Amino acid sequence: MAHYPTRLKTRKTYSWVGRPLLDRKLHYQTYREMCVKTEGCSTEIHIQIGQFVLIEGDDDENPYVAKLLELFEDDSDPPPKKRARVQWFVRFCEVPACKQHLLGRKPGAQEIFWYDYPACDSNINAETIIGLVRVIPLAPKDVVPTNLKNEKTLFVKLSWNEKKFRPLSSKLFAELNKPQERAAKCQKPMGAKSKSAETPSWTPEEHVAKRIESRHSACKSRQTPTHPLTPRARKRLELGSNPQMSQQTSCASLDSPGRIKRKVAFSEITSPSKRSQPDKLQTLSPALKAPEKTRETELSYTENDKKASPERCVILRTRIPASKTIDIREERTLTPISGGQRSSVVPSVILKPENIKKRDAKEVEAQNEATSTPHRIRRKSSVLTMNRIRQQLQFLGNSKSDQEEKEILPAAEISDSSSDEEEASTPPRPRRTPRTVSRNLQSSLKSSLHTPTKVPKKSLKPRTPRCATPQIRSRSLAAQEPASVLEKARLRLHVSAVPESLPCREQEFQDIYNFVESKLLDHTGGCMYISGVPGTGKTATVHEVIRCLQQAAQANDVPPFQYIEVNGMKLTEPHQVYVQILQKLTGQKATANHAAELLAKRFCTRGSPQETTVLLVDEEARLVVLTIANTMDLPERIMMNRVSSRLGLTRMSFQPYTYSQLQQILRSRLKHLKAFEDDAIQLVARKVAALSGDARRCLDICRRATEICEFSQQKPDSPGLVTIAHSMEAVDEMFSSSYIMAIKNSSVLEQSFLRAILAEFRRSGLEEATFQQIYSQHVALCRMEGLPYPTMSETMAVCSRLGSCRLLLVEPSRNDMLLRVRLNVSQDDVLYALKEE
Amino acid sequence: MSSRKSKSNSLIHTECLSQVQRILRERFCHQSPHSNLFGVQVQYKTIQRLGQVPRGREERKFLHLSELLKRTAVHGESNSVLIIGPRGSGKTMLINHALKELMEIEEVSENVLQVHLNGLLQINDKIALKEITRQLNLENVVGDKVFGSFAENLSFLLEALKKGDRISSCPVIFILDEFDLFAYHKNQTLLYNLFDISQSAQTPIAVIGLTCRLYVKIFKEQLSLPAEFPDKVFAEKWNENVQYLSEDRSVQEVLQKHFNISKNLRSLHMLLMLALNRVTASHPCMTAVDLMEASQLCSMDSKANIVHGLSVLEICLIIAMKHLNDIYEEEPFNFQMVYNEFQKFVQRKAHSVYNFEKPVVMKAFEHLQQLELIKPMERTSGNSQREYQLMKLLLDNTQIMNALQKYPNCPTDVRQWATSSLSWL
Repeated sequence: MAHYPTRLKTRKTYSWVGRPLLDRKLHYQTYREMCVKTEGCSTEIHIQIGQFVLIEGDDDENPYVAKLLELFEDDSDPPPKKRARVQWFVRFCEVPACKQHLLGRKPGAQEIFWYDYPACDSNINAETIIGLVRVIPLAPKDVVPTNLKNEKTLFVKLSWNEKKFRPLSSKLFAELNKPQERAAKCQKPMGAKSKSAETPSWTPEEHVAKRIESRHSACKSRQTPTHPLTPRARKRLELGSNPQMSQQTSCASLDSPGRIKRKVAFSEITSPSKRSQPDKLQTLSPALKAPEKTRETELSYTENDKKASPERCVILRTRIPASKTIDIREERTLTPISGGQRSSVVPSVILKPENIKKRDAKEVEAQNEATSTPHRIRRKSSVLTMNRIRQQLQFLGNSKSDQEEKEILPAAEISDSSSDEEEASTPPRPRRTPRTVSRNLQSSLKSSLHTPTKVPKKSLKPRTPRCATPQIRSRSLAAQEPASVLEKARLRLHVSAVPESLPCREQEFQDIYNFVESKLLDHTGGCMYISGVPGTGKTATVHEVIRCLQQAAQANDVPPFQYIEVNGMKLTEPHQVYVQILQKLTGQKATANHAAELLAKRFCTRGSPQETTVLLVDEEARLVVLTIANTMDLPERIMMNRVSSRLGLTRMSFQPYTYSQLQQILRSRLKHLKAFEDDAIQLVARKVAALSGDARRCLDICRRATEICEFSQQKPDSPGLVTIAHSMEAVDEMFSSSYIMAIKNSSVLEQSFLRAILAEFRRSGLEEATFQQIYSQHVALCRMEGLPYPTMSETMAVCSRLGSCRLLLVEPSRNDMLLRVRLNVSQDDVLYALKEE
Repeated sequence: MSSRKSKSNSLIHTECLSQVQRILRERFCHQSPHSNLFGVQVQYKTIQRLGQVPRGREERKFLHLSELLKRTAVHGESNSVLIIGPRGSGKTMLINHALKELMEIEEVSENVLQVHLNGLLQINDKIALKEITRQLNLENVVGDKVFGSFAENLSFLLEALKKGDRISSCPVIFILDEFDLFAYHKNQTLLYNLFDISQSAQTPIAVIGLTCRLYVKIFKEQLSLPAEFPDKVFAEKWNENVQYLSEDRSVQEVLQKHFNISKNLRSLHMLLMLALNRVTASHPCMTAVDLMEASQLCSMDSKANIVHGLSVLEICLIIAMKHLNDIYEEEPFNFQMVYNEFQKFVQRKAHSVYNFEKPVVMKAFEHLQQLELIKPMERTSGNSQREYQLMKLLLDNTQIMNALQKYPNCPTDVRQWATSSLSWL
C-alpha cells in the first residue's frame, strides 16, 4: 500500500470553496466543496461532496476510506470547526479477524466494503481528510481486479455490516457508480445521500422506496435553501418527525419482534439476528444516539435537541414506508388517549418535539391525564401509543408540508450531532478498527463502560485531557502468539479469555435480561439480588446481559441507558461508591460526601422544572440495580431491614455447576481444538463438580494439565494430547492436602513434637495443651524410644516453626512455657502423615 | 585429622585463613543468587500455583517457575504462583534465581517490569500502592499530580493496569514476599485486585507470592567448601580436610542430629559459621571437635544457662517453687508460699544455707521475675501486695535438675533437697 502523508507530517490548510448553503437558524452552514492546500506544495486538492476521500486514521498505510456526504461548519463552540459527514467504507484489514473468514474468499488487495453499520459515527472532523481516492463499484459478477498499478483506486463489491458480507444493492451500486455527476448536481442528491448514509442498513427494497420518497421531498425542500427558517418552521419540522416516531413505537410495541428475537439471540450472541430481521427496529442515525450529549452546550437549540434526543432515539427507531403506516391506521381502531408518559416527565413542554400536540385542546387534556400517571407501563399501553400514532397521523394529514419538513429533519440532526460530538457519552463506539473488535466481550465492555466519556476515535479533534490516565508502558517486543495446540488451548482456558457464549447459564441469562429489560421499557427502577458461590458465572452472565442490552439499545429495541459498574472489592471504603458512581455518570470528581450530595440531587430532583439537567436526570433516574454477591442470605443476615425491604424480592441464586455443565463449558472453550482427550475433560469436570463447582478452578486445572502434558512431551515424542493421566496429575496437585505433605517432610524433631502433641491431647482429652505439658510428653516419648531428648530451647524453636507454618496454632511466645498449643490440622491427618514413614 | 603446616608458612596461612573466613562468611550470610550455592538444583522447592505440586519433582519446580515467568514475559499470559515453604528453605533464593535467569534472556529483559513488595515493609495496602506506583515509575507519568486519598491511588493504579491488554502491554511481575501478611490487610483489597487483573485480559501480570507456611523438601546437607582460592596449595589442603571431615563419623553424627532438628539451610549456615570462627592461625583446619562444640552451642538451652549464673539463694527459691509445683500440681504460687517452703528447708539444714532475711529473699524473688524465670499470672497492679501475687514457674523439672547437675559449687544439701522435697525428713 502506498504511504499517505497525514496531517501530522505535512501541514495542510483547509478552506471552504463557494458560499454557505444553509441559514444560521440551523446553526451550521453547509458547503459543497473544500480546498486542501498542502504546505510547501503548490497543488491544491478540491474535494467535493460525493467524492471518495481518504481519512486519516490509526494506520498511515491504510487510511480510512469514506464517501463525503456533507461538509459543514460547526460554530456552536467558539472556534468554528470544519466538519464532514461521510459514509464509511472498511478495508478488509479493518474487519475483525474473527469474522474475516465470513468473506469466504481471498480479498482483493484494493478491495473495500461498504460499511453498513449505522451505529458508526459518520460525523468527522473535515481536517482529517487526507485526499481523494477513486472507488469503483463492482457488480456482483465482476471479479475484483488484482495487481493494479494505481494504488489510489479501490474497489467495492460487498457491504459489511459487522455480521456478514452482502452484495451491494443495485440502487447503491448505481449511486456509487456516478458519484461525481451526482455531486455536481448539488443539493438535490445531497439530502438523499445524507439520509441514506444515516440508514444504510435498509434492505434494498426499502432503501429504494425511501430514497425515492426522500429525494422527492429533498427537491422540494432545497428549492428554497436560503429562506430563513423561523422557529415556527422548526416546530413544524419537528412535527414532521412525530408521525415517524409514533409509527415506530407502534411497530415496536405491537410486533415487538425484538423481544422474541432476543430470546433466540442468546444462543448466538455474537450474531444477534436483529440485523438480519426486517429492519424495522434498527436504523438510527448515530448522531441521535446520545441522549445527553450536549449537556454542556448552552445554546438554546442544542438544549432543545438535547431534551428531545432521548425521545428521538425512540422516534427514529424505525422508519417504514408511508404505505405501511396507512395500513396500520386502517387495521387498528384507536381510542383517543394521548401517550403522556414522556411528556409527563418533561416539564418544559414547549421544547419537546411532540409538543406540537399541545395545540390540540384534546391533547392537552390527554396530556394532563397522562401527567397524573407518570409511570405508565409502555407495553401495557401499546394501545396508548397507537393512539398517539393516530393523532400524529391526523396531524400529518393536516399539515401541508410534512414531507418537506421531514426531509429537513436530517439536517437538523446533523447540526445537533456535530456540536456534541465531544461530549458524546454515546453507547459504545461501533467497532471500527480490527483491534477493538477482536477484543473479547468483557474487555470491550469495560473499555466502553469505564470511560463513558470516551471520544470516538473517528473524531480526531484534540481532546482536552481531563486527567492523564496512566498506562503501563507498552512492551518493546510484541508478545508471541501461541504456536502449538497446547499453547492455544492454554490461552483459551485462561480465565481471562471470555468465551463467545456462556453455556449452561441460559435460564439465568434470560431471567436477568427480562428483568432489566422490563425495567428499561417500563421506565421504572428496580433491584435484583444475585448470589452464588464464586466461579459460577454471575459476573459473566450479567456482563453478557448488559452487552446484549447495549446492543439492543443501539438498535433501539430498548431505550438507551447508562451502565455503571461498581465493584465493592475495588473500593477502599464504602463512601467511595458515591465518588465512583458520580465519576462514571458525569466524569466529575468530588469527595465522597460531596458526591453523595450531588447524586442525591441528581436523582431526586426529577420533575423540578427550572433546571435543564432534570431532563437528563430523568432518563437516568430509573435506576436498575443489579447486585452480585456470594452470600445467599445476605439480605436477611447482614442488611438492615429497611435496606433489605427495599431490595425487593427479585432474587436469583446461581447454583454451582454440575459436572456435565462444567464439561460443556470446557468443550465450548476448546471448540475446534483437539488438545484434550474427552475422558480427560470429563475427569476434571467430575472432580471439580464434586468439590466446588467452581468454573475458574476447573479451567485452572485444565491449564495446568496442558503444562504437565507439554512438559512430559519434551522427553518422548508423544502426541500433543492431554490424556487422562495428565489431568489426573493436575487434579491431584490441586486438591492434595498441603498439610499432610508438610508434615511428611518436616524434620524428625518436628514430627516427634507432633506425636507428643497427639499423646498429650489423648491424655488430657482436650484439644489444647500448654507447651510445658507437651514438652514433658515429648521428653517421655524420647526416653521410651531411647533417643536423646532435645532441650527446651530447641523444642521451643520447633514449636514456633510449626506455628509459623500454621500447622499449629500458638499463642504469642512471650508466654513461654505456658503458651497454649492447638493443632490446625485434624488429628487424623497428622496420624496419617506420620504413619506413612 | 588436620594436616599440619610448617611454621614458616604461618604468615601466609594467616592471610589465607582470613580470606577463607571472609569467603565462607559471605557465603553463609549473603544469599546472593549469583554465587555457587549448595545444591541449587537439588533443593529447589515446590512451586505451588495456588494449588500444589507434589513433592519428589524438585528439579522440575525450578523449571516450572521459570517457564511460567517466561510465558508471562513472552506470551503475555497472566499467571499467579504461590511459593510456600518454611523459613530458610530457599523460596526467595529460588525466585531470585529464576528471575535472574529470566532476565538473561535478551528478548525478555527489556520487556518485563518487576514490582517487589514485602509484607513486612508494606504493612498496609496504602503503602503497598505507593510502592507499586513508585516501582512502576508511574509517578513520572502523572507529573505533579499530588497523590490524594487511598481510594484515588487505588483507582489510579487499577486504571493504569486495566488500560493495557495482553498483546501490547509490558508484563509486570509482582513479587509479594511474606505473602501471608498481605492477606491480613483489610478486605484484602490489594490481593483481590491483583488476582482479578491476572484473571482478566488486561496488562499481563504474574503475581508471585512467597510465604513460609509450609515445609516441602528434604534437604541433603552438603558440606563442600571453597574451590577457587588464590593460594592453590592451601586450598587443596583445605578441601582435603573438608573431604576428610565429611567422612568423619562424629561429624556425620553432628550433622545428622542437626538435620533431625531442623531442615533449615540457614541453621546449618549458623552451625558452620560457629565452627568456622574457631579456625585461627594456630588452628588452621576445621576439626570434628569444632563442629561438635558448635553444635552444642547451637542446641544449648538458654534458660538452663541462666540458671547456671544464679546465686545459691535464687537456686533454693527455684527448688522451693519446683516442690510447690509438685505438691499443688502446677497451681500458681505466691512469694509467701515460696518463702515458707524455703524456711522449712533452712530450718532443717540450717548449717548449709544462711538464713536470709525476708526482704533479701524478696529481692532474690524479684530478680528471678526480672529474668523471666517466673511469670506473674496477672498484670502487676500497684495495689496488690507483692508477696501474694500469684506466679508461675517457667522452668521444667528436667531443666532444673540438669542445671543443678552442672551448677558449680552447689551445696550437697541443696542438691539433695532438689531431688526430693522430703529429703529433710
